Amino acid sequence: MLAKRIIPCLDVKDGRVVKGINFINLKDAGSAIELAERYSDEGADELVFLDITATQEKRNILIDLVKQVAKVIRIPFTVGGGIKSSDEIDEILKAGADKVSLNSSIVKTPGLIDEASKRFGSQAIVAAIDVKKSGDNYKVYVEGGRKETSLDGLSWCIEVCERGAGEILLTWMDKDGTRSGYDLEFLKKLGEEVTIPIIASGGAGNMMHFYEAFHKAETDACLAAGLFHYGEMKIGDLKSFLINKGIEIRL
Amino acid sequence: MIAIIDYGAGNTASVANAIEEIGEKFEITNREGKICKADKIIFPGVGEASSAVRKLHMLNLINLLRILNRPLLGICLGMQIFCNRLIEGNVSGLGIIDIDTEKFKSANVKVPQMGWNRVQVERENPLFSGIESGEYFYFANSFYVPLNKYTIATSEYDVNFSSAVNKNNFFGVQFHPEKSGKNGILLLRNFIERC
Repeated sequence: MLAKRIIPCLDVKDGRVVKGINFINLKDAGSAIELAERYSDEGADELVFLDITATQEKRNILIDLVKQVAKVIRIPFTVGGGIKSSDEIDEILKAGADKVSLNSSIVKTPGLIDEASKRFGSQAIVAAIDVKKSGDNYKVYVEGGRKETSLDGLSWCIEVCERGAGEILLTWMDKDGTRSGYDLEFLKKLGEEVTIPIIASGGAGNMMHFYEAFHKAETDACLAAGLFHYGEMKIGDLKSFLINKGIEIRL
Repeated sequence: MIAIIDYGAGNTASVANAIEEIGEKFEITNREGKICKADKIIFPGVGEASSAVRKLHMLNLINLLRILNRPLLGICLGMQIFCNRLIEGNVSGLGIIDIDTEKFKSANVKVPQMGWNRVQVERENPLFSGIESGEYFYFANSFYVPLNKYTIATSEYDVNFSSAVNKNNFFGVQFHPEKSGKNGILLLRNFIERC
């Protein structure tokens, strides 16, 4: 069977990593390439690069970064951040990325999922969905969590699956950075409703949180940023912990 | 010289990067003369099956691929195209392996299969030289090649399926060696040096 995946996420701006730059022993702390190599050596199963550049030259810088990362990294990686069209996806995949993650653009134009999954295959299309709790339900947010939409979290997850997305990257905006654990109840419910893999993001604070997401909620992958960036948790240690708990993990 | 067949497959750049790391000379090409002269041929593949096969027809590569006698490695969709028929888009493949592809059932497992799965080496083959049975490789597929007499390695996902095949000079892997870390590089090196 498939191993459960551990995925570090790198925020990049103008081609440089902006979070998690206090790693020791790095020649160039902001180098996306060096950090990516380091995570890959530590046993990361995949990497996600989230581009938060706001300038006009954004796309060229990003394409250049993707090309460089693809030259040195021999594990899959996903690129996201402001991708709006099928042609932009084509450019990023041709530069060497394995998948793209789409967020605000698919809320605005849901048909982009259908179009892109037909053109590139479902395996290349990750639907990134940001939610916040609202009463008993979840509301979908866009533009980096700044703007509330009318979409219900669970219904939108089901819709992206039906439209052909290959994976869901689900982030709890209100949990992000709190280190209080994943929302297991919602994760479990979502796993019963959709037939594509789910990557859980936002809220992990210790190794037990990862274990619970895999064991209790049967999620397929966990993504984290700060926890790994600031050296509080080593990917290798986390993986050993999970193996000892009986979770299927690649070492 | 390694020829990497250029027909717009999504993983072409990554395969080229991996070959470059190995230090072997390669060319990304769809010209018959170059492909025929190459010592080894890599046939990448990511994307939707019927559009990939259509592209191969447009480039006049279907018959050429069938009659090549140099070692050829099909990766992912590249391996699936060895089959008689691909049920994704219901198109004819090369017919090198007399079997049709099948789809994982989403009632039982998440589809696509995305991630690292164990590969059990069932028959000794130079492709897996120095690679232990049960190592992890990276997969990203909804369709698979069922077990058949050319299966050399298997993996389990809902069913037991062919994760590698070999018939004469045709080698195929369902996983992505170019994205499978050190084991993947070793497998590509084996193909170049030992197959």
